[in-house]
Amino acid sequence: MSSKAFILSAIRGIGQKGKPLPELPSFGIEEELESAFRKSIEANKGQVVNQEEFSEWLRANNFPKIVVASTSIPFSATISLPEDPHELDDLNLAILEGQLGVAENGAIWLDDRHLPHRALPFITEHLVIVLLKSRLFPTMHQAYEEIGNQHSGFGLFIAGPSKTADIEQSLVIGAHGAMSLRVILV
Amino acid sequence: MSHPQAATEFLKDQAKAKWHDETLWFVRDKRDRISKTIPEWEELRNLASQIKENVLSQLDVYLEEFEQNAQKNGIQVHWAKDAEEHNEIVLSILQKQKCRAIVKSKSILTEECHLNPYLEKNGIEVVDTDLGERIVQFLNQPPSHIVLPAIHLKKGEISELFHEKLHTQKGNEDPTYLTHAARLHLREKFLKAKVAITGVNFAVAETGEFVVCTNEGNADMGVHLADVHIACMGIEKIIPRRKDLGVFLRLLARSATGQPVTNYNSHFRSPSPGKEIHLILVDNGRTAQLAREKFRNSLKCIRCGACMNTCPIYRRSGGYSYGSTVPGPIGSILSPGLDMKKHSTLPFASTLCGSCSDVCPVKINIHEQLYEWRQEITKTHGELGKGLSMKLANGIFKSPLAYKISGNLMRAALKTLPKSLIYHPINSWGKGRNLPETPNESFKDWYQRNRK
Ligand code: SF4
Repeated sequence: MSSKAFILSAIRGIGQKGKPLPELPSFGIEEELESAFRKSIEANKGQVVNQEEFSEWLRANNFPKIVVASTSIPFSATISLPEDPHELDDLNLAILEGQLGVAENGAIWLDDRHLPHRALPFITEHLVIVLLKSRLFPTMHQAYEEIGNQHSGFGLFIAGPSKTADIEQSLVIGAHGAMSLRVILV
Repeated sequence: MSHPQAATEFLKDQAKAKWHDETLWFVRDKRDRISKTIPEWEELRNLASQIKENVLSQLDVYLEEFEQNAQKNGIQVHWAKDAEEHNEIVLSILQKQKCRAIVKSKSILTEECHLNPYLEKNGIEVVDTDLGERIVQFLNQPPSHIVLPAIHLKKGEISELFHEKLHTQKGNEDPTYLTHAARLHLREKFLKAKVAITGVNFAVAETGEFVVCTNEGNADMGVHLADVHIACMGIEKIIPRRKDLGVFLRLLARSATGQPVTNYNSHFRSPSPGKEIHLILVDNGRTAQLAREKFRNSLKCIRCGACMNTCPIYRRSGGYSYGSTVPGPIGSILSPGLDMKKHSTLPFASTLCGSCSDVCPVKINIHEQLYEWRQEITKTHGELGKGLSMKLANGIFKSPLAYKISGNLMRAALKTLPKSLIYHPINSWGKGRNLPETPNESFKDWYQRNRK
């Protein structure tokens, strides 16, 4: 007997009665979406900035290697995208476009179709996500409703910079992925 | 080693044991605070529990639906009835790729299957990439907690370890400095690995996708740079619909660490062009647990660790005292199902206070199942039961008389003794605990007096 047949017949052999699958209510939040979203991102150790603040930060840092995959704001890349993501190892900044944001927890949905490389949001030193204010939703329930069952090979909710507290529960930003996250709300 | 013996070991370093206790309580407290900001929290727990109930009641149907959809997406699905078969499947994929070094992100299942030693025996270098897991791997230890793998270590110990392994400055104990040293070290491993292994938090039947949650981003760093992704999951990780993720992702991180969501929640549906995703569905005792009606719903567990953080025994005896891959209250009801003899003392490592059941996001009746296991163990294994009382609690529960006397002594002692003396051993796990308010008389004394 194959292991698949073994496992399935073991389950069927128990002879359980089917239990109902509950319908899900769509819980919301009371707070206004933009301010709730902002607070969530800050609690996750990210920042919400406007375009001017962002431009200033960009000028001050003068990053050599920048990749841009967003059409909503006028910033340009300084390098062309390599075919092999391993070459992104010394990338300073990736500017990406988020498809929607969740106010209750700051999670931002990015899907494959907007990611030239799946590794981009992780391998970059700093991450900037551009998000339309009109694309904010109260909770994960509305976010999944909006995403629906659309097919993207890879999709990601990202809510802050890479972090860990594995040494004595002290929070450290920049474990393996991006050392900072900035969200530009437009 | 029985649980009480191992707990005694842990409690030898009293300062550390106290720190462990307080730190986990702090995490538990964060969970409490954030859960109270969600008015529908209890409703979410009910929903999560009902969804899992539905899944377990027709797991065969969902598994087949999941397999079909995953295959349509280009994922290669494998089935393993036990740990051995799981390990063989992983090895065969690696051999086909001619791969001799892999990176792995946190996966309790691969710990359960003892994958690392198996691969190493076969000449493959395994690098655990979660910071906490890398730390314990350097020490040749298993994780002591399913969410906080290195919670039993102090930064001084980690500093020394990193000095030896990663050549960090001697005596530099700054967590940021140490973390960034590990970042550099692991970056190199990520860039070289051709195959990456991850666990699975949820697998969605209707879409054939699976979800992996981390805060560090290590799962994604490994997977997106490698050519082949191997994902290992227990068969109970299935959920029916994509929208069910809304319920579970709202509960998971809040219950685990008191944060609103994990920073990276990756949904894998198809491999990138030219790459491969393999998914291994593992039984390894799960169908047997499913068949045990009383213990069935232990399979609802989403591995958040909340029951460990809240457990007065876990906090005061440490993860290793359980001697099982999953420690703590949930481990104590899962492990006897795998090996009742080896884990016979675990269901007794509990005060049955019920705090675990109160925090569990999928509403598993953990403390009731602990009680059920006690019945099973003492009833069906007479032989085992005899040896058991010897093993338990240094004999304090052995006879009703001893129990009564020690209770009376305790009540007298707690009132008059200074704190330093109370931190003295009464029983092994009780050693480090804070004092309860002592009643003037026990229930038994009260009952005797009032009955007359
Ligand atoms: S039993 Fe419940 S509380 Fe414990 S780890 Fe599992 S889901 Fe979390």
